[in-house]
Amino acid sequence: MIPPDDPALVRILAADGSYAPTPAAEPYLEIVDALPDADLEQFYRDMANSRAFDRQATHLQRQGQLALWPPSFGQEAAQVGSARATRTQDHIFPSYREHVVCTIRGVDPVDIIRLMRGLTHSGWDAADPKNGNTRPYTLVLGAHTLHATGYGMGLVFDGRTATGEPERDEAVIVYYGDGASSQGDVHEAMVFAASYRVPQVFFLQNNQWAISVPVATQSRTPLHLRAAGYMPSILVDGNDVLASYAVTKRALDEARAGDGPRAIEAMTYRMGAHTTSDDPTKYRTSDEEQSWTLRDPLVRMRAFLQARGASDAFFADVDAEAQALADDVRTRTNALGTIPAESMFAHVYSDPHPLVAEQRAWLADYEASFEEGAS
Amino acid sequence: MTEAATTTRPAEVTGTLTTMPLGRALNAGMRAALAADDHVLLMGEDIGRLGGVFRVTEGLQAEFGEQRVLDTPLAESGIIGTAIGLAMAGFRPVVEIQFDGFVFPGFDQITTQLAKLTNRSEGRLQMPVVIRIPYGGHIGAVEHHQESPEAYFTHTAGLRVVSPSTANDAYWMIQDAIASPDPVVFLEPKAKYWAKGEVDTASRAVPLHASRVVRRGTDVTLVGHGAMVTTLLQAAALAEGEGTSCEVVDLRSLSPIDYGPILDSVRRTGRMVYAQEAPGFTSVGSEVAATVMERAFYALEAPVLRVSGFDVPFPPAKLEGVYLPDADRILEAVDRVLAH
Ligand SMILES: Cc1ncc(C[n+]2csc(CCOP(=O)(O)OP(=O)(O)O)c2C)c(N)n1
Repeated sequence: MIPPDDPALVRILAADGSYAPTPAAEPYLEIVDALPDADLEQFYRDMANSRAFDRQATHLQRQGQLALWPPSFGQEAAQVGSARATRTQDHIFPSYREHVVCTIRGVDPVDIIRLMRGLTHSGWDAADPKNGNTRPYTLVLGAHTLHATGYGMGLVFDGRTATGEPERDEAVIVYYGDGASSQGDVHEAMVFAASYRVPQVFFLQNNQWAISVPVATQSRTPLHLRAAGYMPSILVDGNDVLASYAVTKRALDEARAGDGPRAIEAMTYRMGAHTTSDDPTKYRTSDEEQSWTLRDPLVRMRAFLQARGASDAFFADVDAEAQALADDVRTRTNALGTIPAESMFAHVYSDPHPLVAEQRAWLADYEASFEEGAS
Repeated sequence: MTEAATTTRPAEVTGTLTTMPLGRALNAGMRAALAADDHVLLMGEDIGRLGGVFRVTEGLQAEFGEQRVLDTPLAESGIIGTAIGLAMAGFRPVVEIQFDGFVFPGFDQITTQLAKLTNRSEGRLQMPVVIRIPYGGHIGAVEHHQESPEAYFTHTAGLRVVSPSTANDAYWMIQDAIASPDPVVFLEPKAKYWAKGEVDTASRAVPLHASRVVRRGTDVTLVGHGAMVTTLLQAAALAEGEGTSCEVVDLRSLSPIDYGPILDSVRRTGRMVYAQEAPGFTSVGSEVAATVMERAFYALEAPVLRVSGFDVPFPPAKLEGVYLPDADRILEAVDRVLAH
């Protein structure tokens, strides 16, 4: 739960969409006030698109098209705000629920689908410029936080950051959850990041639950204060896209400038199930879910834009675009073929390996023996 | 004896024989252990209120309380490391790892600490810790959710490693593992959680570390563990139709290995095939094959063959059917040993 009077909380939009900055938000207002209308509208468009995609993927899983789907439902503002705050040259290390972040950076939603369908362990190529330096998902919780830190150390050692030219300085941002924050790897990543003054933002989406375990089991101290033991740390309302954008933008700018790593705890809520295999009614109340529905990030931003005069035509256009996206995802998912069996022997090593080669040949012969038998 | 009080699938009881799924049998076994000794603890991620992602511990927190069935923070090294400390303090922790692929953040605590403390302390410390790991494929899941990591543990001196393949074994082996003064890695074939079997709640059939003949035959000995035992039985039934009589041995205990029934069988059949989901290289199957060749060399009519997962990372779910040995692949090996 968001303590309503936590003095550290950065929030700009109240739950009803009114512009009501908290005292902690004051230093960030210049960032938000400088945003042109087109950007504000884009934030809303991003949220609407990702919600439609997420809903479609959930349906596709229910219809047997996917092995699993971890919904991003409810976490759109934290993800849109932070992703829109990154620069082209930044590097993104997602966990496994950052569909919104990934698609904003350019990843094709169907590439995320291919992973959850069981066709690939990775889905997209981080080195392909169209994917916006976005690394593939990591399912072992917290493991990727160290990879992000190591990558950031590389940026420092190669002089790719803190050059005095903000337009080309690079930074890394890593996403993880309240549950993952208990992993040793996350703490070790913070130790290394601080030690080497790595240009890194640790972006924690505190969605209140790690499957069935409430955040209080992970920490009796607010998570942003725990991170503050390692580095400057900020608490933000993760259902407020403007606040999420502003704090991430500043944290990344500081990191790129050579000030070292920053931590952000974005208070949000997983409005859906943990994954399509999960049944949240086993561990949380509908009252609680209801209380967060009242803080829905899309509703909040929509109200804000309406009050600023956004037209009905704009919202109709956004809805149509979101629907078209969802339809396209469905069509292309249904058209996904299978993968050849021998693909499992590819890329186990970079150089030829006799055992793998022998087994690949054996399988080919074995499968051919069935075809002969059948004919 | 007792069966689970809180159950979504009521057990069917006849005398001391009760029919239940393997997952339920584990639940009933843990319940009996919790009831018998108030220093038995269950620890793990989501095992309390949710009853575990596979519902194996369902109802146990409600019955025994939050200090006996702990929803832990999300940190495997933390879970296993604190279980070691609890064992030092006189508890018998039973740890659940959520999936095979997530045991590795705790691997250091298991291999450098848990496995060695009895030896390092010159026998002054006992480590009655059970580490339950749902393992293996057949559930069509994403990366790290379908693996068979048993060889890492059998390679580590100081650990006992077992894997039940039936509901009855699940019921008794979990209790025997909890009673063991040594650490036990308890591998649960997740594909079998829903497979029903008869459980005799009055008495155990064989001890924890016994292997067991589960089907009699005369021509070829098939050996395996966990979910693979079912596949071996399918292969044996198919072979029967073609006039080949297969004996099937369930290894049950991967460390130590009870070679008695295996050698006995091989001395009668002269032929052996080991099947496992894990990759074949430096695997449990390799160990059994080597030992059988050392000890029953003159009884063998053909080389011992292994049928395994390939030596590649567990593939995306759509290919698990090719990766995991099925009855056909076992029969292909049976044909090869018979060709000698
Ligand atoms: C090392 C490891 N242990 C356990 C798991 C199983 N698991 C997957 S997600 C999850 C809960 C994660 O919660 P959190 O970090 O808060 O992220 P959220 O799912 O809420 O986004 C668990 C226990 C895992 N993936 N990796």
